[in-house]
Amino acid sequence: MQAFTQLESTVVPLDRSNIDTDAILPKQFLMIIERTGFGPHLFDEWRYLDRGEPYKDCSQRPLNLAFPLNQPRYAEANILLTRANFGCGSSREHAPWALSDWGIRAIIAPSFAEIFYGNCFKNGLLPIVLDEATIDRLFGEVDAMPGYRLRIDLEQQTVVEPNGQVNRFEIDAFRKECLLEGLDEIGLTLLKGDAIRTFEQARQAQEPWMFAGARRLD
Amino acid sequence: MTAQTLFEKLWARHAVLDTNDGQTLLYVDLHLINEVTSPQAFDGLRLNGLQPWRRGSVLATSDHNVPTKAREAGITDAVARRQVEALERNCAEFGLQFFDMKDERQGILHVIGPEQGITLPGMTIACGDSHTTTHGAFAALAFGIGTSEIEHILATQCLLLKKLKTLRITIDGVLAPHVASKDLALALIGKIGTAGATGYAIEFTGETVAAMSMEARMTLCNLAIEAGARCAMVAFDDTTSRYLKGRPLAPAGEQWDAAEAYWRTLHSDPGARFDRELHLDAASIRPHVTWGTSPEMVTDVDGRVPSPDAESDPVKRRGMQQALEYMGLQAGTPIREISLDKIFIGSCTNSRLEDLRLAASVVKGRRVADNIVQALVVPGSGLVKRQAEAEGLDRIFTEAGFEWRDAGCSMCLGMNEDRLGKGERCASTSNRNFEGRQGPGGRSHLVSPAMAAAAAIAGHFTDISDL
Repeated sequence: MQAFTQLESTVVPLDRSNIDTDAILPKQFLMIIERTGFGPHLFDEWRYLDRGEPYKDCSQRPLNLAFPLNQPRYAEANILLTRANFGCGSSREHAPWALSDWGIRAIIAPSFAEIFYGNCFKNGLLPIVLDEATIDRLFGEVDAMPGYRLRIDLEQQTVVEPNGQVNRFEIDAFRKECLLEGLDEIGLTLLKGDAIRTFEQARQAQEPWMFAGARRLD
Repeated sequence: MTAQTLFEKLWARHAVLDTNDGQTLLYVDLHLINEVTSPQAFDGLRLNGLQPWRRGSVLATSDHNVPTKAREAGITDAVARRQVEALERNCAEFGLQFFDMKDERQGILHVIGPEQGITLPGMTIACGDSHTTTHGAFAALAFGIGTSEIEHILATQCLLLKKLKTLRITIDGVLAPHVASKDLALALIGKIGTAGATGYAIEFTGETVAAMSMEARMTLCNLAIEAGARCAMVAFDDTTSRYLKGRPLAPAGEQWDAAEAYWRTLHSDPGARFDRELHLDAASIRPHVTWGTSPEMVTDVDGRVPSPDAESDPVKRRGMQQALEYMGLQAGTPIREISLDKIFIGSCTNSRLEDLRLAASVVKGRRVADNIVQALVVPGSGLVKRQAEAEGLDRIFTEAGFEWRDAGCSMCLGMNEDRLGKGERCASTSNRNFEGRQGPGGRSHLVSPAMAAAAAIAGHFTDISDL
């Protein structure tokens, strides 16, 4: 996984609460069986004026120029600023894949839906929770100042504004370490393989009806 | 011993170890796999040279993409076919149980798990689908997960999670005629919002829940994710026991006795403390209808589309304005005057036998209104379909003008060809009314099966007793 340490970037605003994973990546693109190629379809129904299809070229499609991602001032942004309960809805990890593939590395919002929040960390994407008042102010500044940039420092757990104002954010120690080091969780868990095996044997003795053999359907 | 909640009991029973930074490695008993969220997980296994930790813990089937008619012709959409074939190939390669779409046991994973008795009390269950909360109705700990977590469970049999807070929702009182657990769930979401239970494990309890069938409890737990909860559960009782006994994969004989004796302990102890408590009065709940693009945008059938002007929070007000614009609705319109184009009865929320029986009881002897261009009934599994046919429900639906289909997720999310067209308005028994969810530009109103059936007959929303 790609490590995340620091990031300085322009910010793309999406001023709307409860943005769901169907909006982030519409369902027809869930049929793509690879892990890449979702970026052109990020927010597909809001970003384009026609309907997109999986594995079809997007370069000639008519754009919705009012949508922030299509505006030149936000084209290079790696930070997404948005509202409460971002990523609600389905568990599709295609949503963080699409954000990441488009170029987003950090998302700032007052709150996130839980499955989406967890999925971000598995993909080197940093979701940051700041309070509503700060978010309100950031929306105003992003809008007022073209080229507005924020600096994110994960080690320090800070979002620093151009005027030097520092906003601290909270993050689980484990998730922070995984992101900072770009650690692979499966590898880490497999190091505990002996403990899992011991637990499994005890569990099999405890609830034998749960286990294979008796639980084959064929 | 300290009094424990059901959640705490299940959590402790599956905790392999606690890491020193507040995470728990939780052992997973049952892993359900679909075609949509799994291909990249299998690629990951191949890339890292890993094998599934315990093959017997996995059941896979295709439910999202499959056609619901003319199955013998196969899947015509080449992209969908490729994904369904990838799952079949991955299951063959890694030795996992797979029901193909011609198997009568195929269906929506959250319907077939319980139906086969593969979902059992006391389990931890994970699936790459957020509606996995459904299985919590069996006093199980059931989580929706992402693709990285699918790969993690395949490789390690474990899920790394931070312990959730507990929320007890006590529901008392008798539901009025034609009011279902779907209406209760929508009322709850309307009250606490779609992020109202984020960070919590819900336990539903109280006399209303105790009186519910397993199907009704599954609907309730299914919709907990729409309130933001990662999991939801109901304590084990005689209703759970009766539902499970004799299912193909439920334990039998002496094993059943041993299992049941343990399952009887799967409830919150008297005096157990919850982080948060909520109460609902079932008797006051009326049939509910969503009017917007989030399940929290809901009112009852006697209500009107609300006015954004009455909302003081500017972000919420804008959200309401956007929703009304997308839905093509005017503030103040009575819900009963909203006219419909399509009807969808199905999905992991409401496609079980009881749902179909309820809908059929409303439809019987009546005709779908002329303005309804399509009315679909999509059973949750091949076996639900067979049983419904044995009871003659299919004829009640088809004689009224409904289409009777094969099992799958279908128009809940429109990954197959069952979709809404732009601007089409649907009364749907599914779980999400997000923009574009049932088809680009489609307008979804979430309701119970009985309400969807009544809307099909009337052509607009109506109280069932007015038919």
